[in-house]
Parts: sequence; C-alpha cells; structure tokens
Amino acid sequence: MGIGFDASFLVIQLLNGLTNAMFIFLIASGLSIIFGVLRILNFAHGSLYMLGAYMTHQCVSVFINSPYRFWLAVLIAPLSVALLGGLIERTLLRRLYRHEELIQLLFTYALVLILGDFARFIWGVDQLSVSRPQILKGAVIIFGQYFPKYNIFIIFLGPCIAFLFWFLMLRTRWGRMIRAAALDRETLGALGINVDRLFTVVFIIGSWLAALGGALVSPVTTIRPGMDVEIIINAFIVVVIGGMGSFWGTFWGALIVGSVYSLGILVFPRLSIIFIYVIMILILITRPWGLLGRPLER
Amino acid sequence: MSKENWVFIAGLILIAAIPLTGSRFYIFLFTDIMIFGLFAVSLNLLIGYTGLVSFGHAAYFGIGCYTCALLITKANLPFAIAFAATGVFGAAAAVIIGFFCVRLTKIYFAMLTLAFSQIVWAIVFKWNALTGGDTGIYGIDFPKFLDSKIKYFYFVLFIVAVSLVVLRKIVNSPFGRILATIRDNPERTEFIGINVKLFQLIAFIISGFFSAIAGGLFAVFNHSVFPDFCHWPISAEVLIMTLLGGMYNFFGPMVGAGALLYLRLESTSYTEYWPFILGTILCLILFFAPGGIVGFIQDKIVRRGSSK
Repeated sequence: MGIGFDASFLVIQLLNGLTNAMFIFLIASGLSIIFGVLRILNFAHGSLYMLGAYMTHQCVSVFINSPYRFWLAVLIAPLSVALLGGLIERTLLRRLYRHEELIQLLFTYALVLILGDFARFIWGVDQLSVSRPQILKGAVIIFGQYFPKYNIFIIFLGPCIAFLFWFLMLRTRWGRMIRAAALDRETLGALGINVDRLFTVVFIIGSWLAALGGALVSPVTTIRPGMDVEIIINAFIVVVIGGMGSFWGTFWGALIVGSVYSLGILVFPRLSIIFIYVIMILILITRPWGLLGRPLER
Repeated sequence: MSKENWVFIAGLILIAAIPLTGSRFYIFLFTDIMIFGLFAVSLNLLIGYTGLVSFGHAAYFGIGCYTCALLITKANLPFAIAFAATGVFGAAAAVIIGFFCVRLTKIYFAMLTLAFSQIVWAIVFKWNALTGGDTGIYGIDFPKFLDSKIKYFYFVLFIVAVSLVVLRKIVNSPFGRILATIRDNPERTEFIGINVKLFQLIAFIISGFFSAIAGGLFAVFNHSVFPDFCHWPISAEVLIMTLLGGMYNFFGPMVGAGALLYLRLESTSYTEYWPFILGTILCLILFFAPGGIVGFIQDKIVRRGSSK
C-alpha cells in the first residue's frame, strides 16, 4: 500500500473522469449549440439523451442476430431521436420564439414530463442494459489496474467528434451559417438565409448529439426512468462553465466537471458535488458568459 | 372596495367553511393548496411583478422546511419560535443569494438562482449528522395548541391570509409600482434615478421570506421533511403553478396551486401517468392561454362584457 498504489489508482480515477467528461461533453455540446443559435435553454435535452439510450436498447434487441448490432443501434437510434427533435421544433417550439424566456423554458420542461412518461409507458420502469460490442469487451491493464476497453474507446472518440464538429463548423456552408446565426440572426435573415430552416437543422443536430450521448453511454450504465433529469443539471453546469453557445468552452467545461467529480470523490467525497456548484456560481458571478463564451449584446 | 377584494373575502369565507363538510380529504387538500399557493404567490412577486425568473425558489421553501423541522426536533424549541425563525432564515438566505443574483439578468439570473438552490439541496442531502441526509427528518408533531388537522387548517388559513394581505399591500404600494416599472423597462427605470438592483434585491428578500414561511407551514403539515423539498423539480413545479393560474393576476398562482394539486390528487387514483397529464396541460396553457386560468377567465368575461 505504498505511493505506487495511490498513483495508479489516481490515474484510473482520472481516466474514469475523462470518460465521464466525454459523455457529458456530447450531451452538453448539443445543449450549447441550441442555446447559442435558438437562445433557448432546453430542459428536454436530458429527455432526448434518455430516448437515445432507450432507442439503442430497442435497436440492439431488433438486430439481436447481427454481430454489428451495437454499431447499427448507435447509427440508427440517434437519427430517430434527431427526427423527433426536428418534429418538435417544427410543430411546437417554433410557435414560441416570439414569447418570453419563461414560456420557452416551461415548454421544454413540459416536454421533460411528457417524454419521460412516454418512455415509461413504452419501456416500463425496469432497468435495461445494453452489452458492449464484441470488439470492445474486456479490459486493458494500466499501471497494474484493469481499465475497460470501452472507456478507452470513448476517451478517444470524444475529442474526435469535437474536432470533426469544429472542422464542419469552420469549413462548411452550414457551419458558417450556424456561427453567423449565433452572432446576429436578424442580419443573417436579411442576407437572404432561411433562418427558420437553420433553426430546425440546429435543433436536429443538438438532438442528435444528445441521443448519441445516450447511445454511447448505454453499455456502461443502466437505462432507467429518471436518467433524463439526472443528466440535465450536469449539462447545464458544463454549458455555464464553458460559456453558453461556445463549442470549445463546452469541451473544457466537460473536462473540468468530469475531473472534479472523479478526483473530488477521492479528496472530499461529500463535498465534490457542492464544489461543482461553487465553480458554477463563481463563473456566473465573475464571467456570466463562461470561460470561453462571449457576452450577449441583449 | 375593489372587485378583487370581494373575491378575496369570498374565497376566504368559502375556504373557512370547508371543515364544516367534515371531509378529511378536502381539509388535507386545501391545507396543501393554501401552503403551496402562498409559495407560488411569493414567487410571483419576483416573476409577475418584478420580471425576474427565479429557477431556484425551492431553496427558500426548503430552508423554511428544515429550519422549522430542526428547531422543533433537534433544538426542542416551541413551535412559535421555530415558525417565526423560518421567515428570518429564509430572508437571510435571500439577502446573501439575492445580492449576487440581481447583478445578472434573464437566463443568467435563472441559472444562478438554480446553482444556489442546488447548493442548498446538496448541503441538506450530504450533511447527514444535521439533516439526516436522504432519510430526512421525521416526527414533527403538531404543536399542543394546534393538535388536530382542523385546528392546523385554520392556523394555515390565518397565516396565509395575513401573508396575502401583506403581499397585496406591497404590490399595490408605490414600492410595488416601481417593481412593475422595473419589470417593464429596467433601463429606463435606472435612468429616472431608481436603484434597480436595490429594489430587485428587496423584492427577492420579501419573496424568500414568504416562501420560507410556506416551507415552515409545510414541514409541520407533512410531519416530516426530505432533501427533495429543496431540489430543483420543486422550483419547476411552483413555476408551473404560477403560470397555470396566471402570473398577471395577484391570486393567479393561488388558483394555479389549487388546480395542480387537485388534479394531481384526483388523477393519481386513475392513472400513474400524472406527469404526462401535467405536461399536456402545461402545453395547452402555454400555447392557448399564456395568461393562465385566471387570465383566460378574465379574457372571456371582458370579451363578453364588451360585446354586449
């Protein structure tokens, strides 16, 4: 029980924190992009994440005979939830853009209630699970400690998705339009861009990211009612710390929250959750627009 | 006397007559409604009258609950002192939290109130030695002089009625008018030489005070308190009550509390999907009657009156 044990344990904890950070990043990045463009704080984001996990379970059971069932599910489940997100934006959310924030906020909360019961109605209250894909089963040994292969996959996948997204935002026409809309949607509309359609696309992308988070987290957690409201406050914290609407801010915010959770548990098991909120409060007091965000003009 | 005053007095008399029915169901339901109604009305002082959307009002309600519960069960203080302390503790927390929150606007204000209330929840949840953590605190008995459900009902009626009278005096006073001006246009209010932040802070403190009073009433009514009372879904629920009843009317939130709690109690005997029902009702209100139930009724009456 020397230093060596402590150090390797620390590394494993850190890696666990990184894995969690990548999950939170996927979910929070969708929340952040929706806030950045639509200026809506989407409580239902956690519900889309939960639906992503349930749909993954559903797809895995449908393709039970295929060796690639997990990957098929990861492909299909987020797409189906993204479609649902697009449908919600087109038919309902759209009508509330002219209203005040409180109305929009409560509408997304109404969605939390409705989608939560919808999932409970279809999949019941039992805990469901998804097994890891064959290739990522088992563990590797890091400093004498077992660490799941799947978690390593996630730690690599997170930054890949971040870079891919960053590149798409920087280089593609849609990416440029989304960034422009976050800055000044009136001018963008005046330039002849269909801002209505852009909003739908952004909401679909955000929903897809939430559901992708849910799909990827499904092998390492239990899928159950209540996972929607558990995740949403963490996603809010990440987005606030990084800066609402800031893409890389969300990435760093997720890293901070993930590592504080995993390391804080070693140092102050009881205080780590309080510590997270303290960071959130300090950021809001000193830099309400977050670490990497920019102040809203309005 | 204004029409609203008559409605208020008529409502008080009707509610006061409820124990005459002898129905334990209605005594329970209306005690609950009055307590949450007071909570929602005091939240609406911020939302409807000052234009500040607090998403962390569970904090003050929870502080009220735990102040009352801890002072009675752990400090063995008499109920009167414990109950009086709830308001003081709620207001004190609101001074500290509000001081930082009023510096922010809109969504940032909502996020900061949420963060502070989550801290209150986390402390209550984790401080096992004091609060009992997840298990909460049990065995908060009715005080000697209020040893039955009917007596406690009238006590709640008295406290809530007095609180509502005070709150109405506040919103109809020059102070209340300034709050409404701030809600409609904070920049311009600042320009005419009013310290907007100070007025917002005072409204925040008053709101925290009465929310904590509601919490104190609830702790004894429920005989037990849990960390969930400070958790953010309670903040969301009281916001829904406010909007459901109507945030542009003083008694709207009270009506909203009544509607929500009655429907919940009724529906849970038929279905387990109450959240689905609530979400659907909330959507209908948001899309078709943003003024809430009271706003909708007023709209109908005014329209009918003007067409005749």
